[in-house]
Amino acid sequence: MASKSAPPGARSVARSKSLARWAAALAAVAVSGTAMAAEWNLQPPVTPIAADIHSVHEYVMLLVTVIFVGVFGFMFYSIYAHRKSKGHKAAQFHENVTIEILWTVIPAIILVAIVVPVTKVVIAQKDTADSDITIKATGFQWKWGYEYLKGEGKGIAFLSTLSTPVEQIDGKAPKDKNYLLEVDHPLVVPIGKKVRIVTTAADVIHSWWVPAFGVKQDAIPGIVRDTWFKATKTGTYRGQCAELCGRNHGFMPIVVKVVTEPQYAAWVANEKEHPSPAADINTAAN
Amino acid sequence: MSAVLDTHGEAHEHAHHDHHGGYSGIMRWITTTNHKDIGTLYLWFSFIMFLVGGTMALLIRSELFEPGLQIVNPELFNQLTTMHGLIMVFGAIMPAFVGFANWLIPMQIGAPDMAFARMNNWSFWILPFAATLLVLSFFMPGGAPEVGWTMYAPLTVQQGMGMDFTIFAIHLLGMSSIMGSINIITTILNMRAPGMTLMKMPMFCWTWLITAYLLVAAMPVLAGAVTMTLTDRHFGTSFFDAAGGGDPVLYQHIFWFFGHPEVYIIALPAFGVISQVIPAFSRKPLFGYASMVYATSAIAILSFMVWAHHMYTTGMPVTGQLFFMYATTLIAIPTGVKVFNWVATMWRGSLTFETPMLFAIGFLFLFTMGGFSGLVLSLVPVDIQLQDTYYVVAHFHYVMVAGALFSAFAGIYFWLPKWTGKMYDETLGKWHFWLSMIFFNMIFFVQHFLGLAGMPRRVPDYPLQFETWNQISTVGAFGFGLTQLLFLYIVIKTIRSGEKAPEKPWEGADSLEWTHLPTPAPYHSFETPPVIK
Repeated sequence: MASKSAPPGARSVARSKSLARWAAALAAVAVSGTAMAAEWNLQPPVTPIAADIHSVHEYVMLLVTVIFVGVFGFMFYSIYAHRKSKGHKAAQFHENVTIEILWTVIPAIILVAIVVPVTKVVIAQKDTADSDITIKATGFQWKWGYEYLKGEGKGIAFLSTLSTPVEQIDGKAPKDKNYLLEVDHPLVVPIGKKVRIVTTAADVIHSWWVPAFGVKQDAIPGIVRDTWFKATKTGTYRGQCAELCGRNHGFMPIVVKVVTEPQYAAWVANEKEHPSPAADINTAAN
Repeated sequence: MSAVLDTHGEAHEHAHHDHHGGYSGIMRWITTTNHKDIGTLYLWFSFIMFLVGGTMALLIRSELFEPGLQIVNPELFNQLTTMHGLIMVFGAIMPAFVGFANWLIPMQIGAPDMAFARMNNWSFWILPFAATLLVLSFFMPGGAPEVGWTMYAPLTVQQGMGMDFTIFAIHLLGMSSIMGSINIITTILNMRAPGMTLMKMPMFCWTWLITAYLLVAAMPVLAGAVTMTLTDRHFGTSFFDAAGGGDPVLYQHIFWFFGHPEVYIIALPAFGVISQVIPAFSRKPLFGYASMVYATSAIAILSFMVWAHHMYTTGMPVTGQLFFMYATTLIAIPTGVKVFNWVATMWRGSLTFETPMLFAIGFLFLFTMGGFSGLVLSLVPVDIQLQDTYYVVAHFHYVMVAGALFSAFAGIYFWLPKWTGKMYDETLGKWHFWLSMIFFNMIFFVQHFLGLAGMPRRVPDYPLQFETWNQISTVGAFGFGLTQLLFLYIVIKTIRSGEKAPEKPWEGADSLEWTHLPTPAPYHSFETPPVIK
């Protein structure tokens, strides 16, 4: 196999690349703070909910940073100015009802200012009604099964398994760009349609997660739950199982291809013509 | 017993100095009913478990140094994450604070010992057996459980005999905690010296009183959850199996009904230690004593009403999500009051920065960051994105390590002179603080980035874009681990060859163990209670 005879230099190349990434990381921290946005912040959102999550997170981080700097500004001023080595004598006050009421009430007001806008997002996130397409995602140890239940493509069913070769995991072959984030049969959905994902599981609890969609829903054996997304950009989006489900928990990714409507129609036609051999996923997985 | 009022205990020191309950050597420790001996046992036990759990953490971090599987296989990796969590929570952090409670509560309230001295011995000596059971699970067929410290059903049903060992170990640990708590509650409520009203008690006693109630209320719930797991595994019940009419999510509700108060069971005694240390080195009384008591009580009550914020992604109804989000954000208010009180205690004090104070300030700074990431996680939409990612790992290590562990270090350096009569090496103590501070942030600050960028927790391998931060984190972990060996060296050096501690090593310390007892504290103290004005 070609991958087995990787040139001996590949590893040291990989190492110097990783050194370069380190340097880049440090430089980014030191200089711009934006160059590495993809690596230290939430992934770029492609659904309205994911965009809301972004703005809620930024809003809260801003508030929190201001409070943090304020409170510890006081502390560090005290550390600087009120030290014994400078001859500072200790005052002996130990209560002040006014300030104690203030620092109870003001945080309460700030909390209200946080949860009011967030409540709207929570309600929107939960609204799975009126979907264009409904897909059942079943978690198995350790793969995902998809069944299109409603809308264009109804009846399509297949299993979706990690396609990263074992040699890459064991370090016997160089790792691909999408190492651990590639599957043999990705989920395909059309752009701009409300897709409802119904989750369940066959064995233990799994969790269906696509960060770019802002969607994470536990898949619980014997129980049915749902979530939804409406992708606004075509592309391939990748996530991983998010609930510890045994040995290969780290090896059951979720890959979703968002395509245009004509592409989706073509894909549906092709799937109907060549149904997946494992169409009856519930028996196939066992 | 002497009838002479002897608040300094010096007369008794001679009478009791030479015998420790009649036995010597190892039998002294096995048979002891002395609160100070038992406190010492708890502290050494917890330090040993801290090293065991820490070694597991280093194995985990080694595997995560680069993508691919190199050092441990996924099964062992999952076993290590499970055992690291259980050992650190139940074997290291909780016993450490029970050790502080044993040493300090009788001395701080002017009591001669704990209320149930023999039960106290039993509470401790259960622990080594429980820990042995826990660690033995590694050597069972199938190894230790691969389920995470949260032990979610139905994954627990798939495990080997190691799971049963773990369940019984948890039963034992729970028994130990409940007995310890009943002892603390009884001691504080019944054995305070004349004049030591509840609202005159040192804050450490208050936080432990409240913690002990939390333990008595929460530990049986955990025992119930793991017992139901046991019967689901072996006796054909289906509490957590939908096929038999049960519900896997029920387990999570029960577990977190214990699990969230557990967070405060760990945090409140840490708050207590900090509330002793900061005033001492500010040479100023604790600001807002009464509001501190109320805030601690409020946190304790709220802690029973927020459990499902660990479960937003299970798919609970929107009203449930909103209720638990609102209740959770409320905790920020009393926690904020505490932080403000500590900063106000320092404000216009006369500050010095010996090692205990450094750890207390480190605690204050980093624990507040952990509190803020907790506020971020309390918000349902953000939590759904970050649930089960490294952001959560970073968050709770800020609370557990920079919170509880740093406060334990502050407490050890603070009371070591009182306990041993010797001073620790201040220079080495400061090295210990600064190295811990730097390496801690190196490990965990970058994990926020990993979580935001989408790295799930509890995975032995990860996609390539997460490599950089993981490497920084692993290097930090080894630095942090080695730094704790320095701590061990400092403590041993203090005990063996430390300089004699002055009678009152900290001029700002004002609780009874400093003002009414000699240094080192005699083996038996306050046989005649002091009178508190």
